[in-house]
Amino acid sequence: MMDTPSRTFHVSQSTPASRYALIAGMVLLVFLAAAPWWAGRADMRLLAEIYVYLALASLWNLLAGYAGLVSVGQQAFVGFGGYMLFGMCMFAGVPPLAAIVLAGLLGAAIAMPVATLIFRLRGAYFAIGTWVIAEVFRLGFAQIQALGGGSGTSLPVSIVKSIASGRSLREMTLYWTAFAVVLATLILVYWLLRSRRGIALTAIRDNELAATSLGVDIWRTKFLVYVVTAGATSAIGALIFLQKLRISPDAAFNVNDWTAYVIFIVVIGGIGTIEGPIIGTILFFLLREVLSDLGTTYLIILGVIAIAVMLKAPKGIWGYIKDRTNLELFPVGRRVNSDRTDGAPDT
Amino acid sequence: MDWINAIVQGILLGGLYALFAAGLSLIFGVMRLVNIAHGDLIIMAAFLGLVVTTTLGIHPLLALLLVVPLMAAIGYVLQRTILNRSLGDDILPPLLVTFGLSVILQNGLLELFSADPQKLNAGAIETMALALPGGLSIGVMPLLVFVVALGVIAGLQFIFYRTHYGRAFRATSDNQQVAQLMGLDTRHVFAVAMALSLAVVAIAGVFLGIRTSFDPSIGPGRLIFGFEAVIIGGLGNLWGTLIGGIILGVAQNIGAQINPGWQLLAGHIAFLIVLAVRPRGLFPRIEE
Repeated sequence: MMDTPSRTFHVSQSTPASRYALIAGMVLLVFLAAAPWWAGRADMRLLAEIYVYLALASLWNLLAGYAGLVSVGQQAFVGFGGYMLFGMCMFAGVPPLAAIVLAGLLGAAIAMPVATLIFRLRGAYFAIGTWVIAEVFRLGFAQIQALGGGSGTSLPVSIVKSIASGRSLREMTLYWTAFAVVLATLILVYWLLRSRRGIALTAIRDNELAATSLGVDIWRTKFLVYVVTAGATSAIGALIFLQKLRISPDAAFNVNDWTAYVIFIVVIGGIGTIEGPIIGTILFFLLREVLSDLGTTYLIILGVIAIAVMLKAPKGIWGYIKDRTNLELFPVGRRVNSDRTDGAPDT
Repeated sequence: MDWINAIVQGILLGGLYALFAAGLSLIFGVMRLVNIAHGDLIIMAAFLGLVVTTTLGIHPLLALLLVVPLMAAIGYVLQRTILNRSLGDDILPPLLVTFGLSVILQNGLLELFSADPQKLNAGAIETMALALPGGLSIGVMPLLVFVVALGVIAGLQFIFYRTHYGRAFRATSDNQQVAQLMGLDTRHVFAVAMALSLAVVAIAGVFLGIRTSFDPSIGPGRLIFGFEAVIIGGLGNLWGTLIGGIILGVAQNIGAQINPGWQLLAGHIAFLIVLAVRPRGLFPRIEE
């Protein structure tokens, strides 16, 4: 750019691998969208569950892996979203599918005061602060008698039937809703990371001090990520409990189900990468299919794997692959290409 | 009268919370590590107390003579083998490693001891009480816990400011690199700090087990109480931590007095109010 007028340069975000990944991804999406025609009821349930974890993992990864906000209290928003859906459907007559979107908006709204409060805590103390918030939500919702208090409540049959008339049609609708919500979440995360904010976030991830000196407003960037993540997590929470049809404080604000598993997925797959949560989710469900009969031993094994990965390969499986192959399926960085060498990245 | 009683019992409960918090505060001060498994280690100590008292047939307070050195040894080994490797500039590895440890401990205890609530039997001392003027009565056991908490904090304070190891702790806390240049083996210093932390955890666990019933799932709750006491009192100030524990205990008891369902909620809300009004705690000592 400085001296060689014969060469022109352009900045691109895609790589050959990412273009193949895009095509393969499209094929996979069509295949998965058509699941109601080729999958059984149980398979569809499993797929929907996989989607939910993929979305939660991608969001947690955005929060911890990029914004450096290590939360162990995301169950606060899963449960909040679930309870908002139940509340809106039961007392305000909101259609369940609309309630998912509204729950997301409410989740983002409640996250704003929460963030201003717990952003006063730094680093690891922030993590435990998020947990306190989740506890406050759990204890608070357990006090609301209209929503069943401590023992919880079921979604009335009339509301369930309002989703779609027949059972199979309802299952299809719920499957597609899960598919759409998760796809929207992934696109949101990917879009956010590729945008200007994404560059700021990556800068914060790499070095907070250097990012500040370059004029990145760290507090605002983190605040935005926290609120967006909370909103999306609440929408997913609403979806989860619409599928379960029953909610209780202990299930809604469960730290194991909605945070511990999610952390394992991201850590094992590779924190701070888009691909990590995808690999982690696949691995998590494979492990679960093989080991879930072991009960508590299964959780111990997960804990041991997570510690081993964190100590031996802190960037997880995808980080390990990326370091050796320079492969990026969902590139969020930018690379400078010279047109003469066409496509081969210079930097 | 009920209210005064609630406050007095809350102050005594605060002693137990200060015991939960002291070990947490100590290792944060020395190595900036927040141990997410801290609560589960407290419960592990309680179960160790249970094993010792039932197999040897001794009083839980006597069992401390075994549980404290055992937990300290576990702390030293844990730090040398696992936690030291996770320490660095990035806060994520130690956080996630101790989180993994928490899951392992919880499920390991569940596997070994089942989910049934257990209790340490301290015999007659559990029901003994001192009558105070005005119809108040103070249980001997809660009073003992409170006095022990005072002793533990005074002891930690002494170690920190009056001993060779305390100087090493403060040196590594101030600047790890320079401490290393001065010939301190920081890995060993950290391991000693963790041993000390788990020695306090052992005392906290045994007293918890005498005071209330416990099961493998309640560890995280104890971590949160300890954490709240640390933040309310102000980072790095051990006496502040005691006051933090007392504020938490009193808030919980007042909440319970209003409505039994509000006990824990009232404690958390007291914590959030302090966070909103005095983000660095009431008596902050160190910079983060």
